[in-house]
Amino acid sequence: MFGFSLRPRKASASTAKERLQILLAHERSGSGGARPDCLPQLQREILEVIRRHMQIGDEAIDIRMERGDELSSLEINIEFPGKLGVN
Amino acid sequence: MSKDLKLEEPLGRVIVVTSGKGGVGKTTTSAAVGAELARRGHKTVVIDFDVGLRNLDMIMGCERRVVFDFINVIQGDAKLKQALIRDRRLETLSVLPTSQTRDKDALTKEGVERVLDELREEFDYIICDSPAGIERGAQMAMHFADEAIVVTNPEVSSVRDSDRVLGLLNSITERASKAGAEPVKAQVLITRHDKSRIESGEMMTVEDVLEVLAVPLLGIIPESPAVLRASNLGVPVVLDDPSAAAAAYEDAVGRLIGEQIEMRIAADPRRGLLQRLFRRAV
Repeated sequence: MFGFSLRPRKASASTAKERLQILLAHERSGSGGARPDCLPQLQREILEVIRRHMQIGDEAIDIRMERGDELSSLEINIEFPGKLGVN
Repeated sequence: MSKDLKLEEPLGRVIVVTSGKGGVGKTTTSAAVGAELARRGHKTVVIDFDVGLRNLDMIMGCERRVVFDFINVIQGDAKLKQALIRDRRLETLSVLPTSQTRDKDALTKEGVERVLDELREEFDYIICDSPAGIERGAQMAMHFADEAIVVTNPEVSSVRDSDRVLGLLNSITERASKAGAEPVKAQVLITRHDKSRIESGEMMTVEDVLEVLAVPLLGIIPESPAVLRASNLGVPVVLDDPSAAAAAYEDAVGRLIGEQIEMRIAADPRRGLLQRLFRRAV
């Protein structure tokens, strides 16, 4: 194995630093973005709003998060039973 | 590589990774053991019991994907399924992160038992990554354990703390208090083993440690640059490039699930000047 090249591969320490910077930017309060503790409430409120129009169970909601450098994404999936139970 | 376990009843074995002393390698071990079990096709979940100082997510590399946590599940704010993070490298591996904002009092015995019971229905191995110390968090992590991996460095304070933890495993756990129950099966995992320092007589040998603690040996993990590299990258050491540390964890997991594997002491080379010049960055 010849790993030698003129362009050295990025050392693992710089990956560590990048990961920490992204994570800590999210964790420190006042940095903007969703605080983790608001998510259970967000989930309850979303369920509440949807229930005004459709019948869904407590387990029907699935929230995924991907925190990024520039932006984060919140993916919310709501499963309905067989056919839409519109009130 | 992976077996089809869908039709079989999950094993539901709860294993605590504990030590008393901090910084000996509990989280590294939890991640490596969990990943190796999963790589062998066993459905495995690793739970972070260190409430307020979440770190397993970083070591496993899923820190950006935490939405709900163990405490949310205990308090009924989220379903278990929503808090489990499925590993992107191994589909048999999941992580249950803990809360970064609450404290240890959020862990109730009833809540922990309920979550573990639910996990037993789905997983073969449930690895509980204990916080350091012997207080509430550590006690909750060990309380419902079937087995324990006591992580120990060949160093006086670590061995002493391990002895204290072994005492607690035999006195305050569910298995210790239930009449007729088998005691928690405890094994020692020696980490940060430094062959050259042992040969020069400045570090206790494995035999020394075992003589003092008097429990079976699960494995010997050498001090290795691969461990720091793996945590920098957020990859359990057994899933990163081959190393003596990874091989030692693979052997330890083999023994954990009942294989007869001869004990061997390996070492990863320290990187010298030539390696630094001619090998890729580590």
